[in-house]
Amino acid sequence: MSIQIADHVRDIPRSGIRDFFEVVQTMSDVISLGIGEPDFATPWHIREAAIYALEKGRTGYTSNLGLPRLRRSISEYVHRHFQLRYDPHEEILVSVGVSEAIDLALRALLNPGDEVLYHEPCYVSYAPSIVLARGVARAVQTRAEDGFSLRAEDLEAAITPKSRVLMLNFPTNPTGATMEPAEWEKIAALCVRHDLVVLTDEIYSELTFEGGVHTSIATMPGMKERTVFLHGLSKAFAMTGWRIGFACAPAALIEAMMKIHQYSILCAPIMGQDAAIEALERGENSVAVMRREYELRRNFITRALNEMGLECAKPKGSFYVFPKITSTGLTSREFSLRLLHEKKVAVVPGTAFGLAGEGHVRCSFATALDQIKLAMERTAEFCAELR
Amino acid sequence: MEAIIDLLQQNALMPRADMAKLLDMKTEDVEATIAGLERDGVILGYQAIINREKWETEKVTAVIEVKMTPERDGGFDRVASRIAKFEEVQGCYLVSGGYDLLIIVEAANLRGAAAFVAEKLSTIDAVQATATHFRLKTYKENGAFHQMETTPERLAVSP
Repeated sequence: MSIQIADHVRDIPRSGIRDFFEVVQTMSDVISLGIGEPDFATPWHIREAAIYALEKGRTGYTSNLGLPRLRRSISEYVHRHFQLRYDPHEEILVSVGVSEAIDLALRALLNPGDEVLYHEPCYVSYAPSIVLARGVARAVQTRAEDGFSLRAEDLEAAITPKSRVLMLNFPTNPTGATMEPAEWEKIAALCVRHDLVVLTDEIYSELTFEGGVHTSIATMPGMKERTVFLHGLSKAFAMTGWRIGFACAPAALIEAMMKIHQYSILCAPIMGQDAAIEALERGENSVAVMRREYELRRNFITRALNEMGLECAKPKGSFYVFPKITSTGLTSREFSLRLLHEKKVAVVPGTAFGLAGEGHVRCSFATALDQIKLAMERTAEFCAELR
Repeated sequence: MEAIIDLLQQNALMPRADMAKLLDMKTEDVEATIAGLERDGVILGYQAIINREKWETEKVTAVIEVKMTPERDGGFDRVASRIAKFEEVQGCYLVSGGYDLLIIVEAANLRGAAAFVAEKLSTIDAVQATATHFRLKTYKENGAFHQMETTPERLAVSP
């Protein structure tokens, strides 16, 4: 028998990254700059705290919203780092990574046909998550000349009477874009004027370089009451596999998200939650050490790319660079496939992250320095041979 | 400057051109800074970290706790630097706690280490007592693990 798949699921295109992953997997000795996760293992003190919790037999369910102590830690952490106050009893929900929290928020907010605006190039899950929540995904293109920051005027041009939600991700995967407070003010004013709810995925916020200060849009006037602040431990604390994220939002929305979460997931795994408490309460130094390392590698890879003639801005955040490859005369996909086959270096075509990514590739510098160095040598050879 | 010292402590052999790229500096400036650090005695030298399990040698290492009588003028300094001058002594630290000096001694064999303690160290007037601990196995030294953890497998490409 042929099983019928729901139309809206069937119609979601295959992820460009998955396609590429399958090609890479068939090859050996590839140096991959295509990995969107830290190359560090979770800092030992965090792993050790989780082992201790397991030894104590902490293996059960937790409250749907997450361990009360973790929610208090989150509340304090978010206040310390983002100057935002959320009540741990009713304004914070612990999720299975930020991805789940995005899904919960969209499902809790959208009626069929509601429009969700998001900026491209962006993380691969945004548009499909919107569609799965029966929303209509509307991309706002950002530009290389703006460093892929979002312009308020571009956003305004995309707003329609059906627009209900704006999704944001700064620093951005894949471009490393960040936002200036002045532009945030304009965007915040638009959200208030058009009554938009904002989902802001700030997963890379700790990875802001050159001593830069990360500003959350939720701190702008009139925003906290209409914002779902999304964050997690995966990137800053090198905890991708623990699957712990969280959402901070007004109590009524957290209550609605909790309804979905309790029936579909029940709770995030307790081992991850115990580890997250240790990370948030005592992990600042580990984050600082990793940030320093990423910043050095960023300097290295940016200079190497520019020296081989691939124009590359120095990102102020995240662990990605998004060099322009148009000087080679190749499209993003051609460049990535040929670099992979001819030099065994994997980068991700910019088009995997949206149309505006054409002409660029994403290189992750969450990779050991010796690997980055070798990858840059091979990429330089590849570019030289093209000329 | 601190960033350069950090990098040298991680890997003193890192090519200076790589350091320059990491720190967003010119190679000449990195070289000049390192030369300055060497000249000023901030950098005293560069050494290899040896895995003794893989190097067949009879050499022994001992950690020795030394209890001392301080002198009226200069406290422990004069005697400590006298002890430090013995070629067997690889490290010598004044410490707080139940004893005064902690010294790391390396000798060609067990007999050599014992002779150093009995004949050289214990015979110094200011030395009241010693306790010698021989190294049996090293797990971590100067930040380097002696048994490498296997690197966990990563996905080839991920979003």
